[in-house]
Amino acid sequence: MERNLMKGNEALAEAALRAGCKCFFGYPITPQTEISAYLAKNMAKAGGVFLQAESEVAAINMVLGAASTGVRAMTSSSSPGVSLKSEGVSYIAGSDLPCVIINVQRGGPGLGGIQPSQADYWQATKALGHGDYQLLVYAPSSVQEMVDKVTLAFDMADAYRMPVMILADGLLGQMMEPVTFPEKKTDFIEKPWATDGHGGKRKHNITNSLYLKPEELEKSVVERFKRYDEIKAKHTEAELYLTEDADIIVTAYGATARVAKSAVNLARAEGIKAGLFRPITLWPFPVNEINEAVKNAKVILDVEMSMGQMIEDVKLATNCSKPVEFYGRTGGVIPTPAEVLEQIKKLGGAK
Amino acid sequence: MAVVFERPKALVDIPTHYCPGCTHGIIHRLVAEVIDEMGIEGDTIGVCPVGCSVMAYDYFGCDMIEAAHGRAPATATGVKRAMPDKFVFTYQGDGDLAAIGTAETVHAATRGENIVVIFVNNTIYGMTGGQMAPTTLPGQVTQTTPFGRDTNVQGYPVRMCEMLSTLDGVALAQRVTVNSVPHIREAKKAIRKAFENQKNGLGFSIVEILSTCPTNWGMTPVDALKRVEDEMIPYYPLGVYKDKTAEEVNK
Amino acid sequence: MAKITVDFERCKGCALCTTACPKKIVAMNQEKRNRKGYYPAYCTDESSCIGCAMCAMMCPDCAITVEK
Repeated sequence: MERNLMKGNEALAEAALRAGCKCFFGYPITPQTEISAYLAKNMAKAGGVFLQAESEVAAINMVLGAASTGVRAMTSSSSPGVSLKSEGVSYIAGSDLPCVIINVQRGGPGLGGIQPSQADYWQATKALGHGDYQLLVYAPSSVQEMVDKVTLAFDMADAYRMPVMILADGLLGQMMEPVTFPEKKTDFIEKPWATDGHGGKRKHNITNSLYLKPEELEKSVVERFKRYDEIKAKHTEAELYLTEDADIIVTAYGATARVAKSAVNLARAEGIKAGLFRPITLWPFPVNEINEAVKNAKVILDVEMSMGQMIEDVKLATNCSKPVEFYGRTGGVIPTPAEVLEQIKKLGGAK
Repeated sequence: MAVVFERPKALVDIPTHYCPGCTHGIIHRLVAEVIDEMGIEGDTIGVCPVGCSVMAYDYFGCDMIEAAHGRAPATATGVKRAMPDKFVFTYQGDGDLAAIGTAETVHAATRGENIVVIFVNNTIYGMTGGQMAPTTLPGQVTQTTPFGRDTNVQGYPVRMCEMLSTLDGVALAQRVTVNSVPHIREAKKAIRKAFENQKNGLGFSIVEILSTCPTNWGMTPVDALKRVEDEMIPYYPLGVYKDKTAEEVNK
Repeated sequence: MAKITVDFERCKGCALCTTACPKKIVAMNQEKRNRKGYYPAYCTDESSCIGCAMCAMMCPDCAITVEK
């Protein structure tokens, strides 16, 4: 298969095209703009729609409209823009529509900065918008994995009728790596629920998130959470690296996991038994996998580009069975392998 | 004897939740009649707003989408771009279209989005119990302007058709009302023209319909019709503010 | 020969139809209420109905069918 050297953001965009994404709606924001630029150039050629919306709010509601007709639709943004999309994402979830949302995270809060960050973990996994719902969240850590997860994200969104997020960051978006793309997808699942014109052949379909009777709303939410349970049971993903004999497990995701892996390798070179646990699905959090990873460990070191958000899930998932320490840089500062190694050593990762 | 007037097929045969005398029902029927006459129910997708007409999805026989507050033009854009051969209309109130959704309205219009917008202006937020709308008239008493809308404090009402008529993407901007049979006939013609424009790919067509809210105006339905005539039409003059088809003829 | 049929249960008693009738033969029932508690409209003089359908056009609830 053909291998290309490609920038992360452009790879995300090409992967969406290969996945059969028919409509992309977005609004410019650094550091994800290459996704829009790439699709502006290539979407029409692929028979799809690229439209620059007047706002993030409009863009996500355009996604809602396109997705409700049954076509594959996507939007992308970076942290402040994703906040604006939260309303629409909640409606998409409440209307049981599939779509893919990419967040190439930057520093916050507020306008924050434009350098890489992981401070939207809580937003992505707990509270992107109001109401009882979840996003399926993938956190790739290489350009190839971003391609693979975009492909998977569209399939999962269709299968479970829910919004799926690719939680990347400015580092992954801007870096260049060799990638291989899948063939363009041509077979899609049937969507009998689509509001695409009934053609006189069926009763009218309604795309809706409003239920005025509490029992009916409860029923719709409970049904949705049954789908979530199935995802939790079948579709969590994580990478376990040198965890079997490790005394100290570093937990990190996305770009930070690359740094953490280097630190683990440095530690091993010094004879320290360190390992890495990297969740690939952030929601659902890979509970079984982390418990497997830490079973022989004495201590866990959680490393993030934030003040510590995923650490709460690490503690919850392991039921605080091991001490969990934290090292983080924030505001767009990227931790170095040397810094992480120093933390590993501090935690008694002695030989 | 033959039936000369009955419920249009594109309007589902169930009672609506609208208050007695609310003219939403008339406007629903006119849209459904146009859909029937053009034979396009199976190819039409409607987008309803947040507000009194939030449950319009139950009433129209075509496929329907319930949008977020003010976002119907964006949602309709997504539908139309995905399915350019289908007919797409939004049905929005004044709070939805002219306050929280102004940006979506203006940008769908200026893009020349090939959709129909049915804009129901009754100068009040009905569903939430009668608060000031962007279209509330100066002096009008509402729950949030209990002493009347004071233009020094709350500013002035928005005239959407006039505003939108300046945009090149707009094919039709027309204001009508449904407070009498002659006005209803005119309103239907405007709605038909809007849908024909979409068929002909002319761009964004908005039909603003001055409507009543007897409940929140504190009036009988019959008095409410009179208020449209006496107070609303003078502030919101009926008429065609932009019509690309007429411009073509005049060229 | 023309006639209107008011759907007794569908009518909300708003009386808009009474403003539209050119013959002034549509009125509101003063005695009989429907299940929702509204006093529905009725034709006071069927022989005078011209089947113009103006009452039906004015009805927000599609409660009037007109035959001619």
